[in-house]
Amino acid sequence: MRQLTEEETKIVFEKLSGYIGQNISQLVNRSGEQFVLRIQKDRVYYVSDAIARLATSVARPNLLSLGTCLGKFTKTNKFRLHITALQVLAPLAANKVWVKANGEMPFLYGNHVLKAHIGRISDDIPEHTGVLVFSMSDLPLGFGVSAKSTAEVRHAQPNAITVFRQSDIGEFLRDEDSLFA
Amino acid sequence: MGRRAKSRQQDPPSLEEFNGEKRVSTNDRRAKRRAKRATAEAENKSKSKSKSKSKSKSNSKNEDDSDSELELSDDESELEDAKADLFDSEDDQQQPRTMFSDDDDNEEGLEELNQHTATHFMDSDEADSFDEMAEEDDEFDVEGSDFEDNENDNLIEDEDDNEEEDDDEEQEEKVPQSATDYRMRIMETVKILENLSELGKRPRSQYIEQLLSDICEYYGYSPYMAEKYFHLFSPAEAIEFFEANETPRPVVLRTNTLKTSRRDLMQALVARGVNLQPLGSWSKVGLQVFDSQVPVGATPEYLAGHYILQAASSFLPVMALNPTPGERVLDMAAAPGGKTTHIAAMMKDTGVVFANDANKSRAKSLIANIHRLGCTNTIVTNYDAREYGKVMTGFSKILLDAPCSGTGVVSKDPQVKTSRTEKDFVQLPHLQKQLLLTAIDSLDHAAPQGAVVVYSTCSVMPEENEAVVDYALRKRPNVELVDTELPIGVPGFVSYRGKQFNSKMNLTRRYYPHTYNVDGFFVAKFRKVGPSPTTTKEKEELEMLQEPFTEFDAAQDEDLVEKSLRRSLKRRGIKPSKGRPTATESKSVESKPDESETKPVESVESKPVESESVESKPEKTKENTKHKRKHEHDHSHSKHAKKDHKHRR
Repeated sequence: MRQLTEEETKIVFEKLSGYIGQNISQLVNRSGEQFVLRIQKDRVYYVSDAIARLATSVARPNLLSLGTCLGKFTKTNKFRLHITALQVLAPLAANKVWVKANGEMPFLYGNHVLKAHIGRISDDIPEHTGVLVFSMSDLPLGFGVSAKSTAEVRHAQPNAITVFRQSDIGEFLRDEDSLFA
Repeated sequence: MGRRAKSRQQDPPSLEEFNGEKRVSTNDRRAKRRAKRATAEAENKSKSKSKSKSKSKSNSKNEDDSDSELELSDDESELEDAKADLFDSEDDQQQPRTMFSDDDDNEEGLEELNQHTATHFMDSDEADSFDEMAEEDDEFDVEGSDFEDNENDNLIEDEDDNEEEDDDEEQEEKVPQSATDYRMRIMETVKILENLSELGKRPRSQYIEQLLSDICEYYGYSPYMAEKYFHLFSPAEAIEFFEANETPRPVVLRTNTLKTSRRDLMQALVARGVNLQPLGSWSKVGLQVFDSQVPVGATPEYLAGHYILQAASSFLPVMALNPTPGERVLDMAAAPGGKTTHIAAMMKDTGVVFANDANKSRAKSLIANIHRLGCTNTIVTNYDAREYGKVMTGFSKILLDAPCSGTGVVSKDPQVKTSRTEKDFVQLPHLQKQLLLTAIDSLDHAAPQGAVVVYSTCSVMPEENEAVVDYALRKRPNVELVDTELPIGVPGFVSYRGKQFNSKMNLTRRYYPHTYNVDGFFVAKFRKVGPSPTTTKEKEELEMLQEPFTEFDAAQDEDLVEKSLRRSLKRRGIKPSKGRPTATESKSVESKPDESETKPVESVESKPVESESVESKPEKTKENTKHKRKHEHDHSHSKHAKKDHKHRR
């Protein structure tokens, strides 16, 4: 486990800001507690400072996880968000889409969000920006990238894809083997 | 052996027959099948040896014989059915030797678990019982002959055709043919045992022997395990226990209070068509699932981490531990994370939870559950928990849900009935004792919330429970047993079969499937009141390490060395020269007394002293030993060296 280099931090924050925009400042200081980013192997963890300090006494080969895993660095040094980042992103989300009950299961099985499944959508979502997907009861379901702007969505066909899925909570079951170190 | 093999061949019914019977779903399936098979036995003999299904069950003593004779049947479709069962049970076999109480609670099995309704259970039950029956027959043949005063082989074969040898004893005149017969006889024997003075015609031991053999037949336990279980209870209660082991425990889920409340969760799940009820008055987070139209392990609520599927018994140790916000807690054997996340939820996601598991692959499900349930205060580590003292200490609460034989979760893993041997009940307690002592030593006795270790197992055997607790109490006088404060459970044994445990052992809690419909379980709660004595002992050792006595003063020994060298040379008939020995020789000689010095120490003193000299001069000692080996024969040193050593001490 180590701190992120400046470059890595930049990559991570750029990625995160795609989903939570200006709220990113709230990530670091949350309710008076300092939160930090730590990298262990290729995974990036978001964890309170106190716990990160305690974790320093665990040897690298033996440390499997701490706090919340945000995602991992690929071999090409890109940062990829994991579904586990959802609980960090969801409360701070800038752009949201709520899917109806009939769209929940298709989304959780790994499909994109169709226009017909959208119950609500926040205003002024630009094209190709990060979007958080919720159920109608405000249960965070996953995240993705908008395929169309809000304005376009309103005039789209019912079967048009509006949000490209990137990650959904179904992955907890589907990808358990690869998702966690 | 040969005899058994012979009887083995005739026994198993063909698969067609078995499947035909499978469709009959009455309460008395076993009985019917048994009876049917008895009639069809004769034709079986001519038929193919039939089926491989018993292969999956490695039952008792006949295993080796049966395996060699298994053949595939020609009926393909039925083979498929058989395979399905076979694979299920093989999954079970792949589990590590040790069991953890919430082993089956991770997501992998969940969907399946939920999809298979009661009928499935019945089916698999049937399949299992079929195997048992197959075994039963053989075993019976053998054992029947045993207690019917050594019949010869012919008679054993005849038994299949219902031709019984009449015995003098009334009780044994009839060899049971169907499961109901067995059941009847078991019940009768129990009745007699309960009122032996009036009803008994034979000595108690004979009844018990017969009862045990019947239990082995009827429930499919190995004789060793049957006896072990039997001695835990009164005869009637033992039968209740065995019966309860045949039925699965209810599916229970625990609300994740970090994300939702039990009432909200209930509403959400009822809306999805799940029929559920609060677990009982003793738990505020448990929900019992009766049946469900959707897989309970794959609802959006499940994926969002609003609940986790967890055996009811797994709530208990965490409730006993009662962690509060802000503490530093360790879960020594955490996977798959049911208890860890429960702890984190009780701490309201503050403080820190160290979740350790020795098995990396099991830790995957642990990490998944921790993330799914949104516990951000956890650190997941992969250590042998016995070494955790070197990683981190100063915990205020430690949960040790120790790896165990799983004798309490027979309904979940029927393998336990036969696979456990005496060895398991020696090795596992040893590990458990080590773990418990490590746990105690890792506690911070001065923690303001009180330093607490909760020791739990999913075993009902006193070897793994009371004996381990008793050992810890003896080895660590700085801990005391305290009340678990659990609303349910029966007290632990203060004495068991002539063994006396600590008098406070009644503060521990035992759980049986037949009393609370939870898995067999054991919970003990310790409070640490003072620092561990080991720390002082270690201190002493450290001090001793720093003592100068291992320092070697070459000059002081020089003339002694020379003397002994001269003598050794003389002994070999070489006249010692006046001059100094050659370089290599001198080296070996010089180092010699050092070696001789440590040697007597080793014999006289305890081990640490020896290791201490090794530690302080590792290189030199190595050299010494090398030389020692070389020159062993030409040296008669020890007397002087010993004297010298004593003198300096």
